[in-house]
Amino acid sequence: MAEQTSTANAWPANPADLIPQGRKRLGWGLLAIATLGLLAIIIVQILYKTEMSTVGFYTWRPVVYAYILWGAALGAWQVLTRGEDGQRALFLLPALLFTIAMVIFPTLFGFYIALTDWNLSSYTGRRFNGLDNFWQMLADPYYRNALFNMVLYVLAVLVEYVIAFGLALLLNAQIRARKFFRVVFLLPLMLSPVAVSWMVGKSLMEYRFGPAATLARHLGWDNPAFFSDPITARIAIMMLDAWTFIPFMMIMLLAGLQAMSREVLEAARVDGATAWQTFWQVTFPLMLPVSVTAVILRIIFKLKLADIIITLTSGGPGGATDSVSSFIYREYRDRSNVGYGTMLAMAYLIIIIVFVTWLLKVASRFVRNVN
Amino acid sequence: MSVQTTEYTVSEIRSPAAFITSRVFIYGALIFWAFVCLFPIYWTITTSFKSAVDVTQGHLIPFVDFQPDWKGWRSLGLSPDSILQTSTVRDEFLKRFMNSVITSVGASSLAIVIGSLAAYGLVRYRYKFAWFKNEDISFFFLSQLILPPVVLALPFLVLYREVALLDTRIGLVLLYTLMVLPIVIWIMRDQFNSIPVELEEAALVDGLSIWGAFFRIVMPIALPGMVAAFILAMVLCWNEYFFAALLTSTDAKTIPVMVASQTGSQGINWWSMAALATAAIAPLAIIGIALERYLIMGMTAGSVK
Repeated sequence: MAEQTSTANAWPANPADLIPQGRKRLGWGLLAIATLGLLAIIIVQILYKTEMSTVGFYTWRPVVYAYILWGAALGAWQVLTRGEDGQRALFLLPALLFTIAMVIFPTLFGFYIALTDWNLSSYTGRRFNGLDNFWQMLADPYYRNALFNMVLYVLAVLVEYVIAFGLALLLNAQIRARKFFRVVFLLPLMLSPVAVSWMVGKSLMEYRFGPAATLARHLGWDNPAFFSDPITARIAIMMLDAWTFIPFMMIMLLAGLQAMSREVLEAARVDGATAWQTFWQVTFPLMLPVSVTAVILRIIFKLKLADIIITLTSGGPGGATDSVSSFIYREYRDRSNVGYGTMLAMAYLIIIIVFVTWLLKVASRFVRNVN
Repeated sequence: MSVQTTEYTVSEIRSPAAFITSRVFIYGALIFWAFVCLFPIYWTITTSFKSAVDVTQGHLIPFVDFQPDWKGWRSLGLSPDSILQTSTVRDEFLKRFMNSVITSVGASSLAIVIGSLAAYGLVRYRYKFAWFKNEDISFFFLSQLILPPVVLALPFLVLYREVALLDTRIGLVLLYTLMVLPIVIWIMRDQFNSIPVELEEAALVDGLSIWGAFFRIVMPIALPGMVAAFILAMVLCWNEYFFAALLTSTDAKTIPVMVASQTGSQGINWWSMAALATAAIAPLAIIGIALERYLIMGMTAGSVK
């Protein structure tokens, strides 16, 4: 990061900001000491952990502290050597150092774990086994099944979108008690999905006495066991997840509707368009950018779906409701299979990155073509 | 970007009959969806006052169908008659509750601090770290949003054990900060963009330093946005289950984990379960209703230009 130059074009250059040599030397000295200290602690620790030396710390925690100190020294170095430019860099440094430490390092480490045979419950410990996990993954029908379920879950977003759009239109209509309805519609988003899905899935949809089951019986469904049939179980999970996240899309779409200029709608009305025509030819195309943002954000959240499934069905019946996350969760929790589970997670990460990149490309082209 | 009342009618009204039909349809749909949203909450709260027989017979309306009593709350040690006695369950519950409060408030605060600073820097200044420019750095932060928790969970499990952060609140705070940071940066970028740059220029002319201008001039203006980002971050952290379930066992367990682990060997105690679920959702329901404006502000940041 040494060659960083932050030029502030929005600001007048400060000619008085000449930094004395002594201050620069102090800055470089500080950074050098901090870097050496960090490296020294890491080396001492590696030697200790590989049993090549007897001096060291029991855990790696001191390395974390050293990293924090090093980050502080980096900030001080910026300010000391580069004055105002350094002060500007200081805005970005904490978040950057934090994210790099918390994402880059664990992800790289994860790729390494993915190439090892490592079961926490076995005594043999970690053993490098190359691509074995990868071949095992390709042959794993349960993982394929979980990926297939994710496709279904993502497709369910379209239904959620239609409902959310409908609700946004309702809230945007001329109604009384708008604020009340808005708060009520927003409520599901704030409530813990685990607590609610627990209460809804395990008692409201209980097949003996749950009100939902009673209602289903009245409607002529003889045996309303929501979580024993693969298809109904999937639909139940989709509905519970939709219940939580529809408000999220609804609010974004509502903001879009309210940002729309009234003149366009007025013009359509003057031209004699019916409500149906106005919607499809004016409102919907104008709403497309907001819609695409909402749907993509929702899909990104959907790809993380796990908690409802873990608490409610544990992937059952027979893996029918498994999402990738819940499957990997059980791979670790029940089988302590860290190596294989990480390989699955990393493969999933790559699939997601490719998919989301593709989605963003397609979406931007789609929006451009329609407008 | 706040959601205001709009005065125009959606559909152009042609005849009284059509008007009435559309009204009936609109209010019917509104009430139906309000029912869908509220019924599970109603069910949760009422169940916490039911005894076993009321649950299994599916009684719904208190005082009419069944006689409410404090059974669920007593089992948590939170009913009026048991609140003064010592209760191990209550101690357990309060410990989990405090864990949830500390982790979610801590993570949201940390994310707001470093996220706001980064967002401000990205909006106002031009950076170049090696070959990474502002857009790349922004993309780097926002792209963390697509990172599924499951990818980080296992490496963190191992790393946290190595640095002795497993089953600690600090460990959870750090992870939750990472989780909400992209959202905070997204919201705050939008906020700072809407503040005219002339304000800070004037402050700099008046002799304030860059950081002085940020704290004295920009921060107060951006405060509503910070509240919005904070609330949204709070909601996400409070409800987080995946990391908490994997990375905590005894000390740092949060409320959602406690809720999810209530299935005992001798069946489920619906009433205590319901009381627990009510206690888990109540704080956010109250915050959400009181600060709904900010929540909406946070969610719509940057989506409508």
